[in-house]
Amino acid sequence: MKFATELIHGGNPIDPEHGSLSHPIYLSSTFAQRSMDHFGRYDYARSGNPTREALEEAVAKLEGGSTGLAFASGMAAITSTFLIFAPGDHLVVCEDVYGGTFRVLSTLFKGWGLQVTFVDATDKGAIAAAIRPETKALYLETPSNPLIKIIDLAAAAALAKEKGLLTIVDNTFMTPYLQRPLELGCDIVLHSGTKFLNGHSDVICGFAVTGDPELGQRLRFVQNAFGAVLGPQDCWLVLRGLKTLKVRMEESQSSAKQIVSWLQEQKAVAKVYYPGLPEHPGYQTHMAQASGPGAVLSFELKNYDITKRLLEGVKLAAFAVSLGGVESISPTPPRCPMPPCPRPSARRAASRTPW
Amino acid sequence: MNIATKAAHIGLDRETRTGAVTVPIYQTATFRHPGLGQSTGYDYSRSGNPTRQALEEGIANLEGGCRGFAYASGMAAITSLMFLFRQGDHLVVTEDLYGGSYRLFEKIFQQFGLSFTYVDTSDITLVQEAIRPNTRALFVESLTNPLLKVADVEGLAALCKERKLLCIVDNTFLTPYLLRPLDLGADIALYSGSKYLAGHNDTVCGLVAVKDPELAEQVYFHQNGVGAVLGPQDSWLTIRGMKTLTIRMDRQQENALAIANWLTGHAGVGKVYYPGIAGHPGHHIMKSRGKGFGAMIAFEVTEPHLVNRLLLKTQLISFAESLGGVESLITFPQVQTHADIEPETLDRLGINHLLLRLSVGIEDKDDLIADLAQAFEEGEHP
Repeated sequence: MKFATELIHGGNPIDPEHGSLSHPIYLSSTFAQRSMDHFGRYDYARSGNPTREALEEAVAKLEGGSTGLAFASGMAAITSTFLIFAPGDHLVVCEDVYGGTFRVLSTLFKGWGLQVTFVDATDKGAIAAAIRPETKALYLETPSNPLIKIIDLAAAAALAKEKGLLTIVDNTFMTPYLQRPLELGCDIVLHSGTKFLNGHSDVICGFAVTGDPELGQRLRFVQNAFGAVLGPQDCWLVLRGLKTLKVRMEESQSSAKQIVSWLQEQKAVAKVYYPGLPEHPGYQTHMAQASGPGAVLSFELKNYDITKRLLEGVKLAAFAVSLGGVESISPTPPRCPMPPCPRPSARRAASRTPW
Repeated sequence: MNIATKAAHIGLDRETRTGAVTVPIYQTATFRHPGLGQSTGYDYSRSGNPTRQALEEGIANLEGGCRGFAYASGMAAITSLMFLFRQGDHLVVTEDLYGGSYRLFEKIFQQFGLSFTYVDTSDITLVQEAIRPNTRALFVESLTNPLLKVADVEGLAALCKERKLLCIVDNTFLTPYLLRPLDLGADIALYSGSKYLAGHNDTVCGLVAVKDPELAEQVYFHQNGVGAVLGPQDSWLTIRGMKTLTIRMDRQQENALAIANWLTGHAGVGKVYYPGIAGHPGHHIMKSRGKGFGAMIAFEVTEPHLVNRLLLKTQLISFAESLGGVESLITFPQVQTHADIEPETLDRLGINHLLLRLSVGIEDKDDLIADLAQAFEEGEHP
């Protein structure tokens, strides 16, 4: 089945009871049982809910995985994934990782004894140099947020496999429409589904997908035990959002390309970061592992006054935190009241951020 | 203000633009900033959402806490609270604990270097003896699941204060209508809101109320950092459910007392665990609180075959996990809610192959008793 068709029919087996084309929203916390010895497929909605399951299967299929899991937020998906590790384990993480991920690693999981080395993962040698006997996984984002750095996923996954490590990729910026890390040899794909997957800036959600059944079981255990699951109404909204993923991505990407060309001509713009630019250092790698440059771009203005004027002056692009919706959004990373995205040196000094 | 009034008014007076008397469902992931360095108070819905906040203020208000928090499930609330602790910390925990909490502690947090000692928390001396130099908190169920042991929350909170421990009370079975742990000195009141608070078996959620602002800041940091938050539609449904908390609970307690008395006299029933019955060890303390005895009953049947009959022959009482909703539910704790606890422990506690747990709903009590009566009788189940 082609991607566009998969989006419409993949997560949506037609309701056998009434023929409803749209999946029913099962707002039930529990399910009545018919036998004492053999419980039905569903018992308690934290452990499994038919609406959530439809979404989980849809996202798993799109990523080419066998297990998909839906969480209350991208951070809930990321935190749940980190919970498969144990104290003393070590992770190698790309240095410009999303600020929220950096925060849980550098506070919560540091307190629990999970060790992390942040490296410039665009350099395979830097990844290899950071691997220790207790290293259990690589954690990568490509393109990175917000500097749009590109990591060679197949090369990183091959290195990880050789060393017996898992490769975990946050694929939020690309979505499975443009990039499928499991097909490149990675083990777990994570999403802030809040962004392009749902695509309407109306739901907070997260996903974890894997193609390895044993890893799928470990993640499912944590999902149920921790219980940071996505509610059925939100699941239904995401199922609905997914149907337009391809058309939205294509349109957004095409607009992003035009905006990039326009920005490059502006005198007030110092630098444009976008993986679709041939002069971008990761251009070749990105275009080999993804089918398009995506719809997130960063640019640097010549001074702070222009930045302020731009953010407060734009009428259509909302100045807000988040991305990936049908509306354009322009946050400013260093000053946003969100997890800050400082440079690695500043990050090492960062302690508890208030947000 | 009486709790019934507070509950009915959750979310009221928040919407100044239209005057809507229920809080709008803000189904938004993000919020537009008015200017650089400015915020409307909301930036990103994981960090704060007006609908969720109305619910969070609601639970804080019912509990007398400074701040409330809503999570994707009761387990998500408990997990988020566990992030307050560090490797090497020790917690004293109620022994006949909900199986999901036990699984989380033993299978996930023990691996991360936390240790737990399980004791009968209805006995303060046992709690005292279990405290070690590295103990950081007491995690207690105020009315235990499924054996309905009653904890002296006030006494335990005083002990915690003296020994500088955090006192966390899972008050799911009682709700703030029957017990307000923060008033009695506890630091955190915790709920599977899926149960009595939402009350309609339609939402999975967790709620927390915290007394101290500094502790609340830490809890908020983890709620936002870990991100196991409740969505706006579920938040709205929970608010809607909480508005009828007191009237539902009144009826559920009344029904439960009638059923417990009926079970006590039945030939097919052995032990009945219900704090409303005079011989129950927690009867006096619950009676002195003067709010009622809750609506959960556990009972042993006399013969193993009666378990199957009761689970499957009851027509009005559904055989399903969960509790606290308007519909009555029956469960078999040994293989359902407490399946993750070791068999020896279950045996010792009395969570055996004869024990059933009944969550009494708001149906008519005569219908419920008639349903149980017909289920006890011989004959094929439909």
